[in-house]
Amino acid sequence: MTEIRAQAVGVAIEDLSLSFETTEVLKGVSLTIEPGEFFTFLGPSGSGKSTLLRAIAGFGPEPGGRILIGGEDVTHLPPWKRNVGMVFQSYALWPHMTVRKNVSFGLEERRIPAKDIHGRVEAALDLVDLRDYGERRPSQLSGGQQQRVALARTIVVEPRVLLLDEPLSNLDANLRIQMRRDILELQRKLKLTTIFVTHDQEEANTISDRIAVLNDGVIQQVGSPMELYDNPANRFVADFLGTANLIDGRVEKGQGKISFQADDGTLIPLNGNGVEPGPGTAMFRPQDLTIREPGAASEGAAVFSGQVQHREFLGSIIRYAVRVGENVILVDDSHQAGRPVFDVGDDVALSLAVDQVRILAG
Amino acid sequence: MNSFSRSHWGVGGLALLIGLFLFVFLIVPVVKVVYVAFQDPNTGALTLINFVDFFNTSLFRESFLNSLYVAGMSVVLATIISIPLAYFTTRFNFGGSVLIQTLGIIPLIMPPFVGAVAMLLLFGENGSVNLLLEEWFDFKIPFMVGLNGVILVESIHYFPFILINLSAALSNIDRSMEESAQNLGASGIRLFRRIVFPLAMPGYIAGASLVFLKVFDDLGTPLLLNINNMLAPQAYLRISSIGISDPMGYVISVILVVFSLFSLWVSLLALKGKDYSTVQKGGGGLMKRDLRPWEKIGCYAVIILILMMVLSPHIGLALLSFGTVWSYSVLPDAYTFAHYTNVFRTATQYISNTLLYAGLAALIDVVLGTAIAYIVWRTGLVGRKWLDYIATGAIAVPGVVLGIGYLRTFVEFNVPIIDKPLSSWWVIIVIALAIRRLPYALRACMAALQQVSVMLEEAAENLGATKTRTVRRIVVPLMSGGILAGFIISFATASVELSATIMLVSAESDAPLAYGIYEFMQSAAGRGPGAALGIVAVLIVGIATYISHRVINRREKELAPGVAAAAEGV
Repeated sequence: MTEIRAQAVGVAIEDLSLSFETTEVLKGVSLTIEPGEFFTFLGPSGSGKSTLLRAIAGFGPEPGGRILIGGEDVTHLPPWKRNVGMVFQSYALWPHMTVRKNVSFGLEERRIPAKDIHGRVEAALDLVDLRDYGERRPSQLSGGQQQRVALARTIVVEPRVLLLDEPLSNLDANLRIQMRRDILELQRKLKLTTIFVTHDQEEANTISDRIAVLNDGVIQQVGSPMELYDNPANRFVADFLGTANLIDGRVEKGQGKISFQADDGTLIPLNGNGVEPGPGTAMFRPQDLTIREPGAASEGAAVFSGQVQHREFLGSIIRYAVRVGENVILVDDSHQAGRPVFDVGDDVALSLAVDQVRILAG
Repeated sequence: MNSFSRSHWGVGGLALLIGLFLFVFLIVPVVKVVYVAFQDPNTGALTLINFVDFFNTSLFRESFLNSLYVAGMSVVLATIISIPLAYFTTRFNFGGSVLIQTLGIIPLIMPPFVGAVAMLLLFGENGSVNLLLEEWFDFKIPFMVGLNGVILVESIHYFPFILINLSAALSNIDRSMEESAQNLGASGIRLFRRIVFPLAMPGYIAGASLVFLKVFDDLGTPLLLNINNMLAPQAYLRISSIGISDPMGYVISVILVVFSLFSLWVSLLALKGKDYSTVQKGGGGLMKRDLRPWEKIGCYAVIILILMMVLSPHIGLALLSFGTVWSYSVLPDAYTFAHYTNVFRTATQYISNTLLYAGLAALIDVVLGTAIAYIVWRTGLVGRKWLDYIATGAIAVPGVVLGIGYLRTFVEFNVPIIDKPLSSWWVIIVIALAIRRLPYALRACMAALQQVSVMLEEAAENLGATKTRTVRRIVVPLMSGGILAGFIISFATASVELSATIMLVSAESDAPLAYGIYEFMQSAAGRGPGAALGIVAVLIVGIATYISHRVINRREKELAPGVAAAAEGV
């Protein structure tokens, strides 16, 4: 049986800029994607993530800067000469062709001998578990099956890079989880360099080796999902990946102690090294705090007193919004039946694990 | 929906009445025509002898082939006109798109036969263009010689059907269809051949088969151009000269119906299960690019050339209506209002008859159209789809055939008080027009009803309105834009209908505009007044079309937010 093989190549993007008419959509993006990596562009809509992906495939206006695939400069190559496989958000299956014709299209365009095409199409359909669907029309398939045909159609040509443009956004929640596992498994099996675009941080976290967070046409941070979550580079990344408490103030150094003085006067002791004095933003996650009756003391933690303003029951946790000074701090309390619950208006004490506090510049 | 209330029986009764109307005035006459075609004229027995006779007569064989040839070539020429126009609007960022849209409407406001004589004077053997060509380059082009004339006139008139369908098909192709092919290595001609062309094909076929059907069935144009060796004119001439008992008219009718049904079937087949409309949210349309300056010049040159062709019947007709003598010269010798004063002195009954007939026919059409649309979409009545099928099927019945059918069927029915056969009472013309234009009005009403969300009706019922009151207070007001559009389409096209009318007019005083134009155009002296009458017809249709555009646009703006929001919720 024929096998689908892929060469793992790297992608380098050097100072890429791109404008639609007068609107600058990408502003000097530079990135290196390793061979065989599962890489994600994460960002809100309008951040330029899809534009960047399309630029790698050769769609959209001519960019400034360079795009290298496997060391080859492809910046000025037309889409049909790049040999990068793209799965479109809408799948873009051609309705006038059967599944088999859809999948064999790219091979025919590459002038592969007919006798080889058959085997490779079968192998590709096999990979996505659609062996018996070759003669169907796209309109006769479910959303998930269409998605898999789109994948098969792309990988059958053994592209150098696989580009996935929000491929899960048209599927329902359960199918989405299944598909993202399938995609990851397929990528691991083929060792295919893959770039995935999404606005969903959970999707990005579960599937990626590394993520580039984009906002407003600029890369905010690149790193593994956990690095980004634990050590966000700025407010945007902290807020976009998970929920964050962000408190403005300044870092102060005195008597061998280092602490963070919030604008409203609240003091947070810090034990971090390499934190320089000056204005900044303290960031900590809701799960870094515990909520208690007032008066209880705790070791190695900063304690604030406050008042519950709002409460949301989320199943495994209860999320409280607590007013402390002029700030509202979100606190997650894990939930079990019978465990005490605070009401809106209750006075509470919050203790913060200070080693979890991150200071974001500016 | 499933409550067996009084209104349910009311709906059933209404459906029955509509069914009866369609049965008597559409099915019976057509079946009668078919039956007579298979009947031995002497013994009355069923036989194929009439068809054998038909194909043994060289004139009929020639007419048959001519009709096929003219319809086929008209499709080809209409396609040649449409392709660049559709291509410009869908592939390029092109400022002339409005011009192209206008181009798609202009021909439709003048029936082909009205402009036919004017085209003869512009493009004929000794017409303006050939006189100039001969003077400058010493050669002539036989634009209007024989069948060429019919082909030219028909394709100039009917190309919008292809243009509209092809443009819609092209702009419904999502950009990602093309991009994914490029991503897999296709480009240029191969990309067009394998992706764009097959995706646009169903829309094109639908338009092309409609053009084929219209041209194949058209009576007025060949008649006005004095081309008699085609099927529709032969049918008319046999019945009007030999008489209603001559079987050849019926045989021709059967052939016309068969080919009409065939092309209708082809167009349905082309569209069936091929809803290739693939535009996704955020996508839309094929990739468009800017034109380079010289390309822009080329585009405009092509458009202006086509615009001049499309406008030439109008220009020719206007010249003819104001000209004194126009013969063997590029332009008329002098200009005058005499034809108009002549027409308004002697021929006003044509105009008033037309307004009456077309107005009544359009009224019948929208009442039937609204009722059928409601029955089909909003009730669970058994067999309701058949009302739609039968009413729509009227489009496959050529005017000549309906005319012959009425003559043959209703000659036996005497209308009581006036003591005349139904077939020669003016009311039969109104009914014929209503049946012929019902498919158009029905489409408009159906589209209007589909835009009214069921939720809006349910909200009214929830607040205590009965079905009947809901229809009156919610459905019909919300549909009114579409109903009006249906009325205008029916009115405008009915006011210039010739092929059924020409068979059914029994007295000069009952004749409408189209018939008047035909009568005038028969003689050289009548051409001036005929053209003046033609201009009046164009003005009536043009003004009606313009008003409907204005009213529909305004209503859409008024209703847009509520209706759109409600439609999204479905």
